[in-house]
Amino acid sequence: MKTSFWLAGAMALALASPAVAGDTIKIGFVSTFSGPTAVIGNDMRNSFELALDHLGRKMAGKPVEVIYEDDQQKPDIGKQKTEKLVQSDHVDFIAGYIWSNVLLASLKTAVDSQTFLISANAGPSQLAGELCSPYVFSTSWQNDQTPAAMGLYMNQKGVKSVFLIGPNYAAGKDMLAGVKSTFKGKVMGEEYTVWPSQLDFSAELSKAKASGAESIFVFYPGAAGVQFLNQYAQAGLKAQMPLYTAFTVDELSLPLQKDNAIGVPGAQEWVNDLPNEQNKAFVADYHKKYAGLRPTYYGAQAYDAAQLINSAVVAVKGDTSKKDAMKAEMQKADFKSLRGPFKYGNNHIPIQNFYLQDVVKGADGVLSLKTVATIVKDSQDTFHDKCPMK
Amino acid sequence: MNFSLNARNIVVALVAAFLLLLPLYSQLSGNVFALTLFTRIVIFALAAVSLNLIMGYGGMMSFGHAAYLGIGGYAVGILAFEGIGSGFIQWPVALLASALFALVIGALSLRTRGVYFIMITLAFAQMAYYVASGLARYGGDDGLTIYKRSDFAGLINLSSKVQFYYLCLACLFGGIYLVWRIVNSRFGLVVQGLRSNEARMQAIGFPATRYRLVCFVIAGTICGLAGALLATNTDFVSPAVMYWTRSGDLMVMVILGGMGSLFGPVIGAIVYLVLEEFLSQLTEYWAMIMGPLLLLVVLFGRGGIMGLLGRPRRG
Amino acid sequence: MLLVVEQFLNGLQFGLLLFLLAAGLTLVFGIMDLVNLAHGSLYMMGAYFAATFVAWTGSFVLGIVLALGATLLLGIVLEFVALRHLYGRDHLDHVLATFGLILFFNDAVRLIWGPAGLALPLPAWLTVPVQIIPGVFYPAYRLAIIVVALAVALGLYLVVMRTRLGMLIRAGASNREMIGALGINIKLLYTLVFGLGAALAGLAGMMQAPILTVQIGMGENILILAFVIIVIGGIGSIRGAFLAAIFVGMIDTLGRAFLPDLLRKVLSSAAASTAAPAISSMLIYLLMAIVLVVRPEGLFPASKR
Repeated sequence: MKTSFWLAGAMALALASPAVAGDTIKIGFVSTFSGPTAVIGNDMRNSFELALDHLGRKMAGKPVEVIYEDDQQKPDIGKQKTEKLVQSDHVDFIAGYIWSNVLLASLKTAVDSQTFLISANAGPSQLAGELCSPYVFSTSWQNDQTPAAMGLYMNQKGVKSVFLIGPNYAAGKDMLAGVKSTFKGKVMGEEYTVWPSQLDFSAELSKAKASGAESIFVFYPGAAGVQFLNQYAQAGLKAQMPLYTAFTVDELSLPLQKDNAIGVPGAQEWVNDLPNEQNKAFVADYHKKYAGLRPTYYGAQAYDAAQLINSAVVAVKGDTSKKDAMKAEMQKADFKSLRGPFKYGNNHIPIQNFYLQDVVKGADGVLSLKTVATIVKDSQDTFHDKCPMK
Repeated sequence: MNFSLNARNIVVALVAAFLLLLPLYSQLSGNVFALTLFTRIVIFALAAVSLNLIMGYGGMMSFGHAAYLGIGGYAVGILAFEGIGSGFIQWPVALLASALFALVIGALSLRTRGVYFIMITLAFAQMAYYVASGLARYGGDDGLTIYKRSDFAGLINLSSKVQFYYLCLACLFGGIYLVWRIVNSRFGLVVQGLRSNEARMQAIGFPATRYRLVCFVIAGTICGLAGALLATNTDFVSPAVMYWTRSGDLMVMVILGGMGSLFGPVIGAIVYLVLEEFLSQLTEYWAMIMGPLLLLVVLFGRGGIMGLLGRPRRG
Repeated sequence: MLLVVEQFLNGLQFGLLLFLLAAGLTLVFGIMDLVNLAHGSLYMMGAYFAATFVAWTGSFVLGIVLALGATLLLGIVLEFVALRHLYGRDHLDHVLATFGLILFFNDAVRLIWGPAGLALPLPAWLTVPVQIIPGVFYPAYRLAIIVVALAVALGLYLVVMRTRLGMLIRAGASNREMIGALGINIKLLYTLVFGLGAALAGLAGMMQAPILTVQIGMGENILILAFVIIVIGGIGSIRGAFLAAIFVGMIDTLGRAFLPDLLRKVLSSAAASTAAPAISSMLIYLLMAIVLVVRPEGLFPASKR
């Protein structure tokens, strides 16, 4: 009998839902907080928190509550957490999503419940195309945009041939497709590695060398980027086959890649030395609040997500039931983005500049990323015609 | 079947009543999440009931039962992806595919015993997992989203949470009834006899493997149904549902509830999943409690929770 | 040419790592008849201990040695406190109990070391490429893994075949009741064997750490391969585990390296890359299934049961 009371008690507690409060703005944040890519999730969380600090932790006068959930880098877990946020916590907005496959798995839950989803990183091509939704906005990019910019840069440099390597999941496929869409030279080979478990790239590096290509392009976010770069350098390829990257070298991976990253260019829509006012304040305050850490584009995008949400909430004076008005406001992208002003395409993906970033060693021996040039201005993704929204 | 007012029956009746009335509670309190949670629990309970048939009654320790969750789920998912949205086609295909898979691997696996049986069922489930991961067209490891739930031509609307919940519950009660009938039939007695003394049964003249195989196929089919329900519930299916640790979860539910008891797997599923949900709200480190708890159940709580509630009427 | 040699060596290296893991598992299963799902957790603990001690002492070798000792100790404590109560019980009880241990260890690690995982950087002298045949370079560290694992395998062989302890182990694997009847201190033997198995698992974990990963749950994926290996090789047989492990390591590595190219003749690049690792994994399980159906005791059975 004791067992049944205990059972009943547990069930009752599990079913008890928190009182639905209309007087706070509830935001759910789905990202990765465990495993080797937790550093990315932490950067996003840090920046989101910083943005809320800058906003006085209020939007339109109402206090903001954020619920962070860990997707463990798995699509099925991310989907489960999204469901919980929408159905149990009744959040007004969901933000975050590092990984394209996690986002795609969670999309239906958010859209069906008409909950606004702000992707602060993932940008699968389907999202910009046939799966676009009035409720989904991006403060990052569409996956193909960044590597496409790198392809343009490679053309500018006169690169004749390339070997492509990337992880085998939604984003990896987008990235390699993106390079192919603009690069005018010859693609000597294309290899997809098992994601996220494969961290040994010796086979791919050997194949790249054997292909006779002049250069290598890679996309390896997080820990994989560290491993790849180090193995690339250890294989002695630095002198023979220059490396072009997207999302592989950032402030998080740089301390581990060390000198191997010098001279490896990347394309990005945000680099930490962009000269606008809000970015300078962001970077400076981030240093102050989180000693010893530097923000990355993941964080900058999360910061922008908070600002985007704020612009919508302020426009409806805190009445989050006015979804159409919030949507209209967000479509204007009328907030001070850290990358400078940008506009939204019909598919709610930013139309923005892409910059060339390079790794330089400062006088103090510290490595950092520097904006070297603007590769392309006001670039729009190539999937927007597939999106039925106007 | 006479009902006496002992602890076991009271608990079973309470649980059944609770499950029946849950949607009412959910409507009244506005707690939609409870309904979603318990739909999932009911589906896993069905899977656990099917595993109990072969493990608890049949003595066949299958470590690959989660494969059927995936097969049923992918049958629905793949057909939906390819444009075949009718439930009248999808669900029979799910059941048929599960039955066929069970037939094939059962025929091969049942030639082995004990730990070897455990390992070979595990091997086949992992193979199913890898087949699903290898299908780029259906998402591979990224999984497959089901955009439209199965269409039953107006008979039932699967998009309604309440209707879907009652469908799952009906399947669960149906599954339990089916297991009850099997276990109490001549066929079921043979299978249980095989579990306790195979040599004797074979000496009497029963073809052991054939009986076990039929049992195995029935269990696989029921679990395939659970798989179709699960995929519908989450509008999503991915290879992860077939990974060996999920089979482990199912085994834990059966053992926790009490093997060889009709309602044991239901109790086991409820306790395991509610604890997981409840403990994870209390503390981030819920597995540190759950882990040793399982260890203690093994060491001291033979017969699982139902065993704790009192000895069953028949073994 | 470079690719083939390199992948062959990678396969050998992976196979040897798997052997270290499987050896402990097969000993424990063969002698104590204990199905230990938490063996993967010991593998994980070895990696975590190594990362911690190396960072703490600043020396790679010293850190590894300390971590080995720590894992051995952990194994002994685990056997003493929890696992010895499971001897003689149903295998299913083992499964449930050790499954619980997996959950416990994963969360304990998260509590102590945090959720992000650790890094174990290599000392400079191990990162240089070594020229093994003219024109073919192979990373020094991976060679070190091969050398160390072979040395351990040799050591294990000598212990099992040439020492009294080894004789007891072999006797225990083939007939458990008999050695008890002969008056050997069974409890001590079991504890030692378990400790040895734990140390081997921990060694595998710490050796792969610099090139692969140190994170929560890393044991689950590789544990299943270890079980496959001991089934193919024969439960209780170290020789069987060795051969099966090399075989499995080769299939996995060579499959991943060369299958995509083969498949690319019929499929698109992305589809080939998705299908290839799945097929090579499937081959391993298929092999196990065939062995189980045709020769269930394994290729080199330890006992005539």
